Amino acid sequence: MTHTVDLPATLREIADDFAELTAPERLQLLLEFSEGLPELPERYAGSLDTMEQVHECQSPIFLAVEVADEPADEPGRRPVHLYFSAPPEAPTTRGFAGILREGLDGLTVDEVLAVPEAAPYQFSLGEAVSPLRLRGMVGMLSRIKRQTALKSQS
Amino acid sequence: MTSRFSLGGMAELTDPTTHSSPEGYAHPERLVSTEWLASQVEAGRVGAPDGIVVLESDEDVLLYDTGHIPGALKLDWHQDLNDAVVRDYVDAEQFAAVMTARGVARDTTVVIYGDKNNWWAAYALWVMSLFGHEDVRLLDGGRGKWVAEGRELTKEVPSVDTSARAPYPVVERADAPIRAFQEDVLAHLGGALVDVRSPGEFSGELLHMPDYPQEGAMRGGHIPGARSVPWARAANDDGTFRSRAELEAIYLTEQGLSPSDPTIAYCRIGERSSHTWFVLTHLLGFDDVRNYDGSWTEWGNSVRVPVEQGAAK
Repeated sequence: MTHTVDLPATLREIADDFAELTAPERLQLLLEFSEGLPELPERYAGSLDTMEQVHECQSPIFLAVEVADEPADEPGRRPVHLYFSAPPEAPTTRGFAGILREGLDGLTVDEVLAVPEAAPYQFSLGEAVSPLRLRGMVGMLSRIKRQTALKSQS
Repeated sequence: MTSRFSLGGMAELTDPTTHSSPEGYAHPERLVSTEWLASQVEAGRVGAPDGIVVLESDEDVLLYDTGHIPGALKLDWHQDLNDAVVRDYVDAEQFAAVMTARGVARDTTVVIYGDKNNWWAAYALWVMSLFGHEDVRLLDGGRGKWVAEGRELTKEVPSVDTSARAPYPVVERADAPIRAFQEDVLAHLGGALVDVRSPGEFSGELLHMPDYPQEGAMRGGHIPGARSVPWARAANDDGTFRSRAELEAIYLTEQGLSPSDPTIAYCRIGERSSHTWFVLTHLLGFDDVRNYDGSWTEWGNSVRVPVEQGAAK
């Protein structure tokens, strides 16, 4: 299969899973991602002010990006980790976060920065959730990339 | 067609908690309480062939799937009520199909509830009103109140026996009475206009609603002559509507609106102003209220339409 948008293998796998489903099944899978979004680690609990709010989402969601210190001489190969906080009454937003968490967490800085801006449109979700709602995921991705770039410069 | 509300023998469908309440709304039958809806659930009347249909209409398209009022069905404003291509609502055939699939007949009592203080529930109710559905009501306080009261939620999606009721008729949308287009608003300038957005959006300081930047505009401000009455002023902290006396103090006494004057409400895409449309039409009994659903995402992006800036006077 040829794809016009080049995704990391982890995200591509998720995109292919969605593509095989009917629209109602896609919603169910998105719900699974929503329910599977990990809890915030201790160090962020109760301190949302240290995280970045994603204003493109209609519900309050906060994200934090951590970039490892090693390898010191090759910032592009440092692994990236992602953390999200979104309330249970915003399951769609949590689902978007869950997809990005599963697809991007653990990738290197270079791999995260190479993810195309159009990636959120590759999950066949336009029909299931409406294109307007997908803009929240676009906002999340661009903020993840910006923070990754910032935090890998030191 | 005779209004259902005037028919006798409908006692089991009226909500004594709102009918006998001191709120004194103009059309009290348009609101039902969580207690009343819970009793309908209890009595097995939700989804029954001679019962009521309950629809959940949310901003978050997955919220229904995380748990909903027993017997309720999902009605998504984006997916079910909007045309997929043109910025407009579905046509008569599409609407009939959406209703039939949910077991709604032309004379069915429909109760709608949703998240975010019923914004999208009110928007869905307004769209159903464009098609002239007579008996459509809001759950006062919406999903938030039902959840806060610890009432039952289920993930079980009811199956609808679409043969139990007559298919929904194909009825053309009648936009003119309750929907305003940009040219209607231009012709209405000088008349009563209610801007229900936040003060920052009204003054022109913000080009979008806080947290909703994707629905921005090229120009900030408001339609000349509009009164600023943020939608939330009509609601109590628990999401229920304020009493009629409180609403009159805001819309009539303070803002000088009159129930006999043609009035147009707008916001950003028409959902918050549907909430205010409901208040003015059904709770205060205004004769002629239209919702300008193009709202600021149309007006604030249009070339050479008049714009006023500055805080409310």
